[in-house]
Amino acid sequence: MSTITTILYQRRWWIFTVVAIIGFTLFTGEFKEAQTTAILASTLRQSTPLLLGALCGMLGERSGVINIGIEGQMLMSAFTGFMVAAETQNLLLGVLAGIATGMLMGASLAGLSVSLQGDQIIAGTVLNIAALGVTSFFFQQGYTLPGKTPKIDLWFLADIPVLGRVFFSNRPLTYLSLLLVPTVWYALFRTTWGLRTRAVGEHPSAAETVGISVAKMRYLNLILGGAIAGLAGAYLSLEAVGSFERNMTNGKGFVALAVMIFGRWNPVGAWGAALLFGYTNAIQTQFQFRGWLTDHPQFVGMIPFVVTIIVLAGVVGRARPPAAIGQPYSRE
Amino acid sequence: MKILRSAFIPLLAVVLALLAGAALIALSGASPVDAYTALLEGSFLGTDTVPWTEALGRTLEKATPLVMGGLAVAFAFKAGLFNIGGQGQLIIGALIAGAVGYGFQGLPWIVHMPLALLAGSIAGGLWGTIPGVLKASRGAHEVITTIMLNFVAINLTDWFTSKVWREPGLLARTPKIEPSAEIPRWGDLPIGFFVAVGFAFLVWYLLQRTTFGFEIRTVGLNPNAAEYAGISVKRIVVLTMTISGFLAAMGGAIETLGVVGRYEPGFNAGLGFNGITIALLARTHPLAVIPAAILIGAMEASGAIMQFKADVSPEITDIIQALILLFVATPILVRWFFKDSPENDLSVGSSWGSA
Repeated sequence: MSTITTILYQRRWWIFTVVAIIGFTLFTGEFKEAQTTAILASTLRQSTPLLLGALCGMLGERSGVINIGIEGQMLMSAFTGFMVAAETQNLLLGVLAGIATGMLMGASLAGLSVSLQGDQIIAGTVLNIAALGVTSFFFQQGYTLPGKTPKIDLWFLADIPVLGRVFFSNRPLTYLSLLLVPTVWYALFRTTWGLRTRAVGEHPSAAETVGISVAKMRYLNLILGGAIAGLAGAYLSLEAVGSFERNMTNGKGFVALAVMIFGRWNPVGAWGAALLFGYTNAIQTQFQFRGWLTDHPQFVGMIPFVVTIIVLAGVVGRARPPAAIGQPYSRE
Repeated sequence: MKILRSAFIPLLAVVLALLAGAALIALSGASPVDAYTALLEGSFLGTDTVPWTEALGRTLEKATPLVMGGLAVAFAFKAGLFNIGGQGQLIIGALIAGAVGYGFQGLPWIVHMPLALLAGSIAGGLWGTIPGVLKASRGAHEVITTIMLNFVAINLTDWFTSKVWREPGLLARTPKIEPSAEIPRWGDLPIGFFVAVGFAFLVWYLLQRTTFGFEIRTVGLNPNAAEYAGISVKRIVVLTMTISGFLAAMGGAIETLGVVGRYEPGFNAGLGFNGITIALLARTHPLAVIPAAILIGAMEASGAIMQFKADVSPEITDIIQALILLFVATPILVRWFFKDSPENDLSVGSSWGSA
């Protein structure tokens, strides 16, 4: 009995998420296959950039660096990804350019906050403002892509009712992001690299005494995280929308941080949280579809942001961040 | 001498940013000299068709909400809080000022104008209270809650302008304010700017010469020591965020009552971020916010002329501002010049999602 209670307690994010999604799906009316599939597929689409952003933030925070610049990393990557893909008419090159841009942005954040020991929040804010300025300045109308990244059906799996269409009939970056959940989880909790990362984030001076370079670990994590944020940017411009718009991230990088906290700095938890947030976005179209609040769309538009605030205020529970977060580390 | 010393880093940052900006302009195929000449003409010197007083007036007009936004960020910073919600607080202030400005009729100017100004500012102050309370009671990091509240504010003001206080017609905006609510101009010069300057002095006095200001600064330097010394950190956090919101919102209210004359959605989209640049450029000194805001205001005021005369896209000023921020926030620059002055370090970093 107590085991069940423990499991319920430890997994309450997941349970909350699943119950919320199923509950609302049932609440919105009778179960209709096409409609449910549409909502769930939209949930997954909306959750992907949030999941990727949260994974990026998680790598940084697990090593002790707050990354408030995810928004800027995503925006800049979405832009370079789009421009390179449009110039070369090659989507793969675009995705690679997006990832490289993200890594470069991650390295810049590491330079500012690790090497120069600046305030991490200010450093991230600099990235955000710079990205908004640079992308607006260099963006010109008239570029088009050779299409979006193609949809791939995974053999017979795609034929499973509802779930098959939702999970196994997607575009490549979506599959990649789903693969990243177990990968990052395994890397963080089952490898030496993960152990070191967490040691650096919890107790940097202790890590340093056993010969782990705090600065190196933080650089590595921020650059890897940057690559994931770059993927998120490429996802937005090359897979989800198929073009670039000014300020197209529109707060997703910040919501991703709330997703990370809600998921308790754990990739699996973050995925659950990202799905929940994706769902709050997906039901906006449901509201429209059903004629609820159609005269007041602004209130529907507020839902994801209000949910973020509620999550941050810890109404659904408390979370504990890595202990050494936000503090620059210097060797004595 | 002391002033020169503390102004050195910001000046260096501005010069470096302008140089890098010149390189970018040259890269985009335009002439940096033409561009910067147009910047100066558009903001201070005037041109053949625009007298210099009008150019200066426009610069001060643009600088007004920037002074208030910069003050808001700088003030919160003193307590170790990073208020990125200036944008939301500003539009709430602008909306409420506009609503009071048109909703009341027959009031004398001496009552109506201050009423509208204060109503807007107080509304924005309350908007700032929300993240303050969430931080103090639940430990929710103000950086994210204020950003989220920006989005909520945008939706909320959109709703008000399209549903509640809408002017009949195609555009979703509030009706024009009554003449009795207007902040007048003095020739070409906007009076609102001088109100903002007055607030800069008031904030400086509050921080440096009052017990409350001392408490704020103590909390900013070391919240644990402040708590130990008997200062209620939670109270300071809530009050600081409220006042910070009040200041940002007053910028929006002045803009509505002195420049635009009504509330329109989407006005001044980047102002919240500009406040951060200005506060950091001023190294969070309330009086240094004034020249910093005039500098950024000059760039804002001359965007159109730069595009017209030098064929440079106005977004170049966004990049220059980002570069200024980058240089001014780079602590190694500071350390190079001031080896042993920890008060030069700007720091707000702390964890979130916990209490």
